[in-house]
Amino acid sequence: MKTLFANRTLTFFTVLGALLIFFVTWPLLRTVSGSQPTIIWETLMEAEVRSAILLTFYSSALATLIALVVGVPLAYLLARVEFPGKRLIEGVVDVPIVVPHSAAGIALLMVFGRRSLLGRAFGLVGLRFVSAAPGIVIAMLFVSLSFLVDSAREGFEAVDPRLERVARTLGASPWQAFWRVSFPLAWRSILSGMILMWARGLSEFGAVVILAYHPMIAPVLLYRRFESYGLTYARPVAAIIIVICLLIFVLLRLIAQEQKGRGDR
Amino acid sequence: MPPAADKPGANQSSPREMLPPRDPSHAPRPEAAGRLQVRDLWVDLKEFHLREIALDIAAGEYFVVLGPTGAGKTVLLETIAGLFQPHRGRVLVDGEDITTMAPERRGIGFVYQDYALFPHLDVAGNIAFGLRLNGLRSADSPLDALRRLVGRLGYPNDLGEKIRRHVEDISQLLSIDHLLHRRPRTLSGGEQQRVALARALVVEPRLLLLDEPLSALDPETREGLQRELARVPRELGTTTLHVTHDFEEAVALGDRIAVVHEGRVVQVGTPEDIFRRPADRFVARFVGVRNIFEGAVLHQDGEGYSSFQSGHLELAVVTDLTGPAHASIRPEDIIISRDPLRSTARNHFQGHVVDIADRGTLIYVTVSVPPAFTCVMTRRSLEELALQEDKDVYLAFKASAVHVF
Repeated sequence: MKTLFANRTLTFFTVLGALLIFFVTWPLLRTVSGSQPTIIWETLMEAEVRSAILLTFYSSALATLIALVVGVPLAYLLARVEFPGKRLIEGVVDVPIVVPHSAAGIALLMVFGRRSLLGRAFGLVGLRFVSAAPGIVIAMLFVSLSFLVDSAREGFEAVDPRLERVARTLGASPWQAFWRVSFPLAWRSILSGMILMWARGLSEFGAVVILAYHPMIAPVLLYRRFESYGLTYARPVAAIIIVICLLIFVLLRLIAQEQKGRGDR
Repeated sequence: MPPAADKPGANQSSPREMLPPRDPSHAPRPEAAGRLQVRDLWVDLKEFHLREIALDIAAGEYFVVLGPTGAGKTVLLETIAGLFQPHRGRVLVDGEDITTMAPERRGIGFVYQDYALFPHLDVAGNIAFGLRLNGLRSADSPLDALRRLVGRLGYPNDLGEKIRRHVEDISQLLSIDHLLHRRPRTLSGGEQQRVALARALVVEPRLLLLDEPLSALDPETREGLQRELARVPRELGTTTLHVTHDFEEAVALGDRIAVVHEGRVVQVGTPEDIFRRPADRFVARFVGVRNIFEGAVLHQDGEGYSSFQSGHLELAVVTDLTGPAHASIRPEDIIISRDPLRSTARNHFQGHVVDIADRGTLIYVTVSVPPAFTCVMTRRSLEELALQEDKDVYLAFKASAVHVF
């Protein structure tokens, strides 16, 4: 193991790397420390702020659960089965990462809008997407599903297919082999994919703001306050969002580490 | 010529079920079943092909498929287990056609070369895997069922009472009962392979498939596990199909051997048949021309030499083994002369030349002591010694040149 300043090359790299880390942490710390605790507390007491934050977490969690149910099977197929057009499908899974998210919002609006076919079909069962919570969920789902599917696929690829074959010879149906061997072994990757996806969903702004300005999620609320009242009013909200997200992110990383520790023993 | 690798019943080509059991305690259980028939099997994969494979393995038999790496041996096993569909041909167990049956319904156990243990389960969980699936748990008490329901959320170490008894029995049989709570990755190769064997055997398969089970192990571990393989499937009466590229492993374990080459079975027979009467040049080259004798290691003298006895033949050998074993001597390690040799070699025999086979640069000379030894020499030494058939000669080789296995 080398130390950071072992030679000139490493020293040079260390300085460059430190700049980047500084670039990430300084603005975040500045935002949090720049607001007075009393103002942060008052902001937190506003019903509008709290409901926006809750709505954000809740919508992103729902999007993650939907992707878990629909995306994990897809990830398994991509990891295990050869079929024509597989490369294309893999590309499709990653497209949401490269499409500008405001464009993704427009695209979703075209399909789930009030006058669209799907919009009207869902309208029959009372499900509205435009300016409604379901719209927030599908916007988050669209822009963040790649993280879960890719991570789960890597997890399944790391499971030796012969473990499944052995399970079959021991009497497991393909369904049982999946649940008792492949899924538990890929669970760590799936979990870390879920964390990534959820975190990505929390931070979504572009797609959501087009599909559902109201009800307001935290990033949209922040944007409106900044636009309408300026930096001073926006900053406490930003500080709250950053702190909560960091706390939850660290917590989930710790849980994933714990899982890893158990798997390694 | 006396048989050199004579196993009980090995001379008969008829299935073993026709023969009296070797030993009452090793007799197949009365319900022992598991006759495997493979008929005209063809498989085409990218790298491997199987062509017109036909095998008939008797219930309770230990059958070895021998072939070089890349001959398609693993594919053959995976096809029999139902993990691959053949393009043509049939697989029958006890007369029942299972060619299209799902692997989980076949009752065919499988052990891979590198064990393929489930890393997320401990040893007991690995062994219990098949039992849990087979619904043994339904016979447990309601309290057990409740505990399992809670435990399942976190992959329980808690097995039902019946399952635990089965796991303990098979673990004792394979001497791994002290490892039950360890994780697979903390075990040595030999221990892992025993666990894999226990996991496959505990569900009482009709047929056990072993894919190079000894190849990944160091020589010492290998010897121990080889002894278990010779004992355990026979004790349980499980028909076993073992594939390997190692001829000595095949001889030591197999009631019969099939040699495969480029996806085809080129010869089936007892170990004796294969190395005494190789069907073609490939088999002859693959098994090598060797002197192999079956017998027993009797005792060790004070100087570190043991005595190996096979019929009237007695050899001085160096080995830690005792009891039934095989001994082999490479032809090039035998010194041949016209006069009694004064050498430090521990093994001296007098015999007469029965055959001289000219293979170009090398000459193979068969000398009957009896039994027959095959020796190799250059054309020049043959001329110097002026050997001819029926001439009396003397053989000598070192005790350390004898390989006991």
